[in-house]
Amino acid sequence: MPSDPLQLSAVEIVAAVRSGDLTATACTEAFLDRIARTNGTLNAFLCVDREGALARAADIDARRRAGRPLGPLAGLPVGVKDALCTADLPTTCASKMLAGYRPPYDAEVVARLRRADAVVVGKTNMDEFAMGGSNENSAFGPVANPWDTSRAPGGSSGGSAACVAADMAPVAIGSDTGGSIRQPAGLCGITGLKPTYGRVSRRGLVAFASSLDQIGPMARSAADCALTLEAIAGHDPGDSTSLTDAVPDYSRMLDKPLTGLRIGRVPEHFAAGLDPEVARGVEEAFAVFRELGATVHDVRLPHAHHGIPTYYLIAPCEASSNLARYDGAHYGYRAEPGGGHRAEPGTGHRAADGRDADATAAFESPLVEMYCRSRAEGFGPEVKRRIMLGTYALSAGYYDAYYAKALRVRRLIRQDYLDAFESVDLIGGPVSATAAFPLGEKTGDPLAMYLVDMYTVTANLAGVGGISFPCGFTAGGLPIGFQLQAPALAESLLLNATDRFQSLTDWHRRRPPLAV
Amino acid sequence: MSSASPSLSRQDVAKVALLSRLALSERELDHLTGELSKIVGFVSQLADVDTSAVEPLAHPLDSQNVFRDDVVTPSLTRESVLRSAPRHDGESFLVPAVLGETGAA
Repeated sequence: MPSDPLQLSAVEIVAAVRSGDLTATACTEAFLDRIARTNGTLNAFLCVDREGALARAADIDARRRAGRPLGPLAGLPVGVKDALCTADLPTTCASKMLAGYRPPYDAEVVARLRRADAVVVGKTNMDEFAMGGSNENSAFGPVANPWDTSRAPGGSSGGSAACVAADMAPVAIGSDTGGSIRQPAGLCGITGLKPTYGRVSRRGLVAFASSLDQIGPMARSAADCALTLEAIAGHDPGDSTSLTDAVPDYSRMLDKPLTGLRIGRVPEHFAAGLDPEVARGVEEAFAVFRELGATVHDVRLPHAHHGIPTYYLIAPCEASSNLARYDGAHYGYRAEPGGGHRAEPGTGHRAADGRDADATAAFESPLVEMYCRSRAEGFGPEVKRRIMLGTYALSAGYYDAYYAKALRVRRLIRQDYLDAFESVDLIGGPVSATAAFPLGEKTGDPLAMYLVDMYTVTANLAGVGGISFPCGFTAGGLPIGFQLQAPALAESLLLNATDRFQSLTDWHRRRPPLAV
Repeated sequence: MSSASPSLSRQDVAKVALLSRLALSERELDHLTGELSKIVGFVSQLADVDTSAVEPLAHPLDSQNVFRDDVVTPSLTRESVLRSAPRHDGESFLVPAVLGETGAA
């Protein structure tokens, strides 16, 4: 038995705990110790539940000794993105608005993890309300990329990606609205799956854009993602958009040969803007798939280049509506009347006297003033920007020109996928145009940051699944990600193809040379 | 939507801030006027896409009503919900006056 649980896959950990070769307690302690050593450098966790995790692990060990049944994830340490509600741990969405908030219930995914006997070790950092592509929009500080701590891990699930890459947990849960699982997985050299819209219940996921949001697993390999997805997927009466289709046994379908599999390659993906090193890594991945028996065919997604403008209308519109719930009355931050301090996390806009004059001075009532001040002080700059953009695009006189127009283009984008999947089984390509970029590089330019999702947003708009995994490294030692996208509910094929790729390559086994 | 790049005035942005229930500082307003004009100009490129024969798609799933049986099921207790409220009296959420008087409830 390997002595170091940090070196085991999730599949190996649950097998070792079940057989008694490894106790859940020893495994949990090893990862908690790793978190304690590395979190100061990486800031991947916003909260670590040492006591709760060890108590749960002890309970699992006691039940095993007593011969009682164990769940399919028994003893597996899991990091959970802080966008998922946990009744026993704070849930902040990396926002001052929800600092210290304790939800009254567990998200359905968290409840399923607990029922499967996983050990939740803590809540991972993210861009505030999942809005961002670098994790720099967190109100509690950015996450560092374990491969180069001067660089961003991607976002918004940057804490989840960094935690897996740095062996702080073998598995983490992320959410993906426009690429927020796949892009950080790609930039951190791990495997991340965004399932089909509705495959995993969103109940208890703090809502960003409800027609786009989807929860998924992030791990070191397709096999570990498959194990996790089996536990969290499936219909939930508490989320009426969750799909009723049976959950396949993903783990049993991993080793199916890829002979005859047709993979689409979109020539436009390789147009100007794609970093040459990334392009080379992606082309080499296609060669690996050919070696595995697949064939590669050029396909067209003629409207994909409209993905970013379409997404940056639809997502902010939905966000402006979803985030209207933060009103200072029911839960979250509340500005008190006459409070002389104006907490404006991260804006840097505070005047020398600490209190700018309000531009929007005429409030209808003390209640409206409380709303406006609570939201102004609780939300960070990117969240405000998106609420403003969405409110504008939905306002009288602009709705048809912006929101309705974007919904029409959305249908064209989805139709592109339906047409492409007539002739291919999967679509392959880059996850991001570049490898991990330096912290601070894009923070001054919102539009530049929006473009980091150019290869990922279309899957959310169409509702299809996608997976990203490492397919090489740059000369500078940064991971290069490869993305596969599939028709609705073809998660088993995404995981199968990725597992076969990982049977021929060892990119996913590389570890960052993190000095701690 | 005109394909000419639109521009938001400071007054437009102040109006949207009030609709958004955000008390922006003068500096934020200046900043957002420039940023939102740039972003709106960018997304306006969709005007060039011919969608004359295309219906809007608001949701990736085929839309249909989901019904459940009309039976009472357990729900959150008042206590567990009020616990998170910034101000409450044990029975209700407390908020400032809804009409034009000053002072919090």
